[in-house]
This record gives sequence, structure tokens and C-alpha cells, in this order.
Amino acid sequence: MNDNGTNTAMNASPNLLAPASDLKRRYRTDKWFQRIGLGAIALSLAFIALLFFHIVREGHSAFVRANIMLDIDFAEKHFVKENLAAADYTALVKQALTEAFPEVVDRRDKRQLFSLLSSGAAYQLRDMVLANPRLIGTRQQVWLPADDDVDMLQKGKIDRNLPEENRRINDRQLSWLDTLASQGRLETQFNTAFFTGGDSREPELAGVLGAVKGTMLTLAITLMLSFPVGVAAAIYLEEFAPQNRWTDLIEVNINNLAAVPSIIFGLLGLAVFINFFGLPRSTPIVGGLVLALLTLPTIIIAGRAALKSVPPSIREAALGIGASKMQTVVHHVLPLALPGMLTGTIIGMAHALGETAPLLMIGMVAFIADVPGSIGDPAAVLPVQIYLWADSPERGFTEKTSAAIIILLAFLMTMNSLAIYLRKRFEIKW
Amino acid sequence: MLYTSLLPTILLLAVAAYFLGQRRAERVASAAGGLRQLHSLPSHYGVFVALCCALPGLAVFLVWMACEEQVITAMVAAGLPEALRNLPANELSLVINEIKNVAFGGFTASGGNPAVEAAAGSYLSHLHGVRNLVVAIALLTCLLPGWWALGRIDKDLRARNLVEGMARVVLFGCATVAVLTTIGIVLSIVFEALRFFQSVSPSDFLFGLQWSPQIAMRADQVGSSGAFGAVPVFVGTFLIASIAMAVAIPVGLLSAIYLSEYAASTLRSWAKPALEILAGIPTVVYGFFAALTVAPAIRDLGAMLGLSVASESALAAGLIMGVMIIPFVSSLSDDVIHAVPQSLRDGSLAMGATRFETIRHVVVPAALPGIVGSILLAISRAVGETMIVVMAAGLSANLSVNPLAAVTTVTVQIVTLLVGDQEFDSPKTLAAFALGLLLFFFTLILNFIALRVVRRYREHYE
Repeated sequence: MNDNGTNTAMNASPNLLAPASDLKRRYRTDKWFQRIGLGAIALSLAFIALLFFHIVREGHSAFVRANIMLDIDFAEKHFVKENLAAADYTALVKQALTEAFPEVVDRRDKRQLFSLLSSGAAYQLRDMVLANPRLIGTRQQVWLPADDDVDMLQKGKIDRNLPEENRRINDRQLSWLDTLASQGRLETQFNTAFFTGGDSREPELAGVLGAVKGTMLTLAITLMLSFPVGVAAAIYLEEFAPQNRWTDLIEVNINNLAAVPSIIFGLLGLAVFINFFGLPRSTPIVGGLVLALLTLPTIIIAGRAALKSVPPSIREAALGIGASKMQTVVHHVLPLALPGMLTGTIIGMAHALGETAPLLMIGMVAFIADVPGSIGDPAAVLPVQIYLWADSPERGFTEKTSAAIIILLAFLMTMNSLAIYLRKRFEIKW
Repeated sequence: MLYTSLLPTILLLAVAAYFLGQRRAERVASAAGGLRQLHSLPSHYGVFVALCCALPGLAVFLVWMACEEQVITAMVAAGLPEALRNLPANELSLVINEIKNVAFGGFTASGGNPAVEAAAGSYLSHLHGVRNLVVAIALLTCLLPGWWALGRIDKDLRARNLVEGMARVVLFGCATVAVLTTIGIVLSIVFEALRFFQSVSPSDFLFGLQWSPQIAMRADQVGSSGAFGAVPVFVGTFLIASIAMAVAIPVGLLSAIYLSEYAASTLRSWAKPALEILAGIPTVVYGFFAALTVAPAIRDLGAMLGLSVASESALAAGLIMGVMIIPFVSSLSDDVIHAVPQSLRDGSLAMGATRFETIRHVVVPAALPGIVGSILLAISRAVGETMIVVMAAGLSANLSVNPLAAVTTVTVQIVTLLVGDQEFDSPKTLAAFALGLLLFFFTLILNFIALRVVRRYREHYE
């Protein structure tokens, strides 16, 4: 079959020494094909660049937040000594705003004025007072979170020049904000709440700590289960398994399992862990179990490759001086294969970190504002948090989604770099 | 208290057993005239005793963990008054939940039903009583075999063989986890799917043209016919997968051919990992990008051209899914193209063929089975991919092959049917498992064929 191309060329020029008449055309085709191939690679790389550029452009602004500075009067009349948490902190905020804009008297206008601040402002004051009760009776300048619409306006994501009825912030609110800005009371500052808070319905208060911690707990369970089991399975299949049908079945099975859609593992988790064993929904323990089953094939395949790369001479030497088969494997083969196994495990963990679909199946889509404390608490994980925020209608959540993606990608890059470093550092060329 | 520290206690006992066994073996050795007289190393005896101590206790603990819920519930249910005990199963489970809430100090909805309060008390006392019993049994099953093993130590005990035998069993057990997972998947999905097929006939499901899985609560409700014809869902799935493959196959194959046939080794060494980045990006990120950037862009483009494009068009989801799949096609194809023996290329080039002609007439035909295998694997990825379509494709099942229309896919339907409140006796929830069953077997068959083809191909040239 490889004669076809050359035959036509030869028929065209019977004299082998003279250049064929269509040689130029043939080389041109070759050049073009080469360019198309390069173009295909360039296309993929361009897409990666576009994706990263887009995410960073959208997400970088979530790391800052518009805050408003107010003079809060922690007058003693507001507080009851026995129960500081019960005081009406919203009233403190409202009072401070009224003092800042004494000309606003109408009730409707007042409501618009108050809506410039986030509902989280009152909680922030409460936390301040609970942490330091000596604030009571003093007057403090406090930076409080602005509402997400103000935040969007500050970041230029709401156009000031739109007609008023198409804008989420009306002209009066704009003038108040300009006043605040001219007094230096409206600033965009580093958004610590994004790193220290759990999820929230308010974009300006939402943070990723809950999701990051949920992810850590989930991945810890996954690692604890899938690494030992995966390594043990790889050792068995590579070093001990007799060549028989059962071993073949296990092998075919593992390869197939690695390509089963991840959502199927979610169905398994739902039917077995939640419905049959009655484990609590939406918790890191169930998530970790499901992801462990999901990553197991990857780890086993990587582990076997690592074991295979250890030369047989090592085994023969150990066996030759009287070590048992098990001693040979545990004392000599396994230590040499371990870096490769670790690399495979980290890559498997990185896959588990980005996995969303199976976790949706086991109920990890619930809205959870608390930061989880243990593996039995309901928790969110980063990719699911991204999914939830991407679905939220508020404009403010778009940048939060992108920022959470940046954090997720940062985790992934760290893990993959670690895997590459391990491979480079410990790889032995036999 | 005792119960929660059971696991650490067992592990501690095992460590103590190890040292006891080792010491005892050393003493036996010195009595018999040196370590050489022992059959195995002292540490082997230690591990032997430790395993004999820990394994039975752990087994008791795990078995109890798995069935605690059922046992306690059954005990409490047996102690309930007649009236409560004869409730239908689902109401009874509500009552049990209520009892647990009261017992663990949660909030109560019924506001102090005396029977529930009493049952909560008995629940707690049962729990404590039985848990103490379990602790006692577990500790006994640790200590007795441990003590027995300690007593068996003498210079002729083949401890190493015993320990290694046990280790082999553990290794074998770990290897079968993968098989158990597959069995678990098949059983759990098939079981729920069979319950679905009790209410909807399989032929209606496979060949029906209407998919609207809402069940009417009232007879006169609008638009809740509860039709379970899955054809529109399959058509949507294959439409999006075809668009994805239309992107992934040319780009992936051309990349692979370029990298293995033309590229200088420096370009290859960084372009290959760079392409792999595409496979490492979580699919939820692709979904976000598709829904927020690509779909509106396509809609605007369509509007400019005077086409009406749905905001959740199949095209947007398919294009981005295609990009995601490029590395699956390219890296596997690259491997198989690389495996084509250099002698074939050399022969063709020596005959005067250009590199393009060599690729077209020699390399690609030789690598074709492997390439087909990699494409099959990629198709199975595309069909099973979830997050991109959940975020960027539609929910309503239109029977359409127009890439500009909104269609839905199998995975989208599974997610929408199972996220949120579920009732495990309605066909609506069970339909997700029927779809899952089809998805599982379809991808399984594709994977099986693909893996076989690739394997056979590799053997062909090795």
C-alpha cells in the first residue's frame, strides 16, 4: 500500500535522475500539511492562553472589595451586659449613615442610603464587640463592607453612564457614593473575607475557606484510602499474581474502570454509601470514599508502571542472597518504585481535586455557610463551590467564580509541579 | 467514651503485641542457643502476634460499624407502642428520625410526644448498652488470639511464612477492590433501574420520543405527563458528542502527527506537556467558560448572521467539550504513531516519497487501529462528560439535530433528576439510574473494544 504515492510520481518522470515535474507541488503539499499540524497545536495552546487570560481578567478583582468607613458610636444604651450578641447592630450602622448624611430624611431615600452597605456590616460590628467588649461606649472609625452593587460600581462593572432605570444604583446613591469617595471613606481594599469566610448568599461576604477546608478533608480521606489500597493492589498484580483468568479479569477490569464516566461513581456512592449504609449526605467522608474508588485505577496503573521499571536484576540479587519473595519486594523493589508511585498518586489526587460530577450525586451541592470542622460535617468542595457560584444570578458572583477557579488552578499547579519535581528528583535511569 | 477510643486501643494493643512477641522470640532464641536457631527473624514473630491480635478485633469493629444503624433501629422499633409500630414503613422511618433527633438533642417537630421521648431514652440506653458489649467482644477477640499466638512462639514456628501468607491475602484483597467496585456499580445501578422498569416498560423507555420526567401531583396539572421516552436525550447526547469529536479528532490527530513526525525534539518536549494541561483543567472550569463566554459569543455571532441561536446551544457545549478532549486523542495517537517502526518510514522515504506521502500512505495506515482505539476512548469520554453539559447545555429534551438549538444529554438528565430532594420510590428519581445503566454499558463496550484494539495493535509491533 505504500507504493501508491511513489508510483504516481515515478510514472510522471521515467528518468529517475531528472527531477519530477510535480516535485514542487508535492513538496508544497508537504509544507502545507506541516503548517496545518503546527496550526492545530497553536490552536490548542491559544485556547489555553485565552482561558487563563479570561479567568484572570474576570477574577482578579474579587481579591479586593469596596469598603466604606463609618464613624460608629458604640453607645452604651444599645447594649445589654448579659447578652452582647443580641444588640441591634444594624441600628448602629444605620445611625452612623444617618449622621454622615443628615440631609436624607425621607423614608424611601433612607432605605436607599442604607442599602449601600452590606448586610454583613452588622455582623462585623457584632464580632468586633464580642472580641473586644471594651469598645462599648467609644466612637470608632470602622471600615465596613459595601453592598455588592457598590462593589461592582467601584470595579467598573456597572456603567455609570447608563440611563438610570437600567442601572442597579440610582443617581442619588451615586451622588452619596461620590461624597463618600471624596472624603476618602470609600475605598477598594484587600478582601480578607474571601479567604476567611464560608459561602454566603451575598457576593461581597462569600468566601472560599469553607470549600477549601472541605476539599482538604475530602482529599485526606481519598488519599488515606486509595494510596495504601492502590499500592497494595499494584504490588499484588505486578509481583505476586499468577498468570490466570482471575488475574486477567482484574487487569481488564482496572483498565475499564479507569475510563468509566465519573458520574457513574456518583451513582454508586449514592446507592451504596448513602442509601445502603446510611452515611450522612453531603459530607467529606462520603465524598472521600467515592473519590477514592475513582482514583484507585489511576494509582494502580501508575504503581504497576513504577514497579515494572525496576530492573529484574534487583529482584534476582535479593532472591539470590536468600531473601523471601515478600522481603525482596518490601525491602528492595518497593523503595525503588515508591517515587514513581507517589508521582502517580499526586496526579490522581489532582484529578480528584477537580472532580465535580460524582460529588453532585452525593448531595454536595447544598448551600453550606459554615466552615466544616470534621469529616462528618456537611461541607462544600472547591469545584462544587465554583459550580454553585457560576449558577448564581448576582453579577458579583461571576468574579467570585473566576477567583475560586484561580485558587483551584493554583492548587492543581502546585500538585502537578510537586509531581514533576518528585519525578525529576528521584527518577533513576537504569 | 470506651467506644470512640476502641480503634486506637486496638492499634495500641497491636503495637504492644508486636514488642511482646519480639521479646519472647528473642528469649526463646537465647534459650535455644542464639538467633540462628530460630526459624524466622524475631520481628516476624512480633508481626505475627500483632496481626493475630489486631485483625479479629478490627473485623468485629468494622462489622459493627456497618450494621449498627439497622440493629439499633430494629431494637428501638420493637420497643415502640403498638400504634406507632403498625405505621407504614415511610412514616415509621419519620418517627425513628424524630426519636434520633430527640436522643441527640436536636430540635423536635412534634413537640414532645411522650412515646417518642420514651423511645429516645430507650434508644440511648440501647446504644450505650450494645456499644459496651461490642467493645468487650472486640477487646476479647484481640486479647485471646494474641495470647494464643504468644504462647505458640517457639523456635520451630514458621512465623515468616505465616506473616507473608497473611500479607499476600491482604494484597490480594486490595487487588479485588477494583472488581468489587465494578460489581457494586453494576448491582446498584441495575437494582434501581429494574425498579424503574417495573413502572415504565423498557421499550417505552428506549424508543419513546417524549422525555418529560415530571410526575403529576394532581390529575389536572399542566405539562406533567411523566413521559420517559429517552430518544431525545440520546439524540442530544450524540449531537453534542459529534460536535466535540468534530473538533477533537482533526485537531488532536494533526497535533499528534505533527509532534511525532515533524516537530524538533525541543518543541516536542514542551508542546506535549502543554497540551496535557488541557486534560488537567477541571471540567467545571470548561463549563463556566462555555456558559459565560462561548455561548453568548456564539449567540451574538448568530444574531449578526441573522440566525436564531439558543442561549444554551449544543454548539457551545460541543465546541468546548471538543477542546477538552483534544489531549485524549492526541496523546494516545501520539503513542501509537510513535510505535510504528522507523523502518517503515525509512523504506518509504528511501523510495522518494515526501514526508506527507509517507505519513498518508505508510504511517497512518499502519497506526490506524491504534488511532481508532484512541478515538473510541475519546468518544466514551465525550458521552460521559458531565459538568460542561450541565453548565452549558439545556434542560429541555428537544428532539433536534440542529447544533444551534438547545438539547439535553444523558448526564444532564441524571444530574437534574438526582440533585435536590429525592424520593426513591418515584420513577422520576429511578429514571436517573436507568439512564446511568445505559451510559455505563455504552461506555463500557466502547472502552472494552478500544482497549482491546490498542492492546492488539501494540502486540503487533512489539
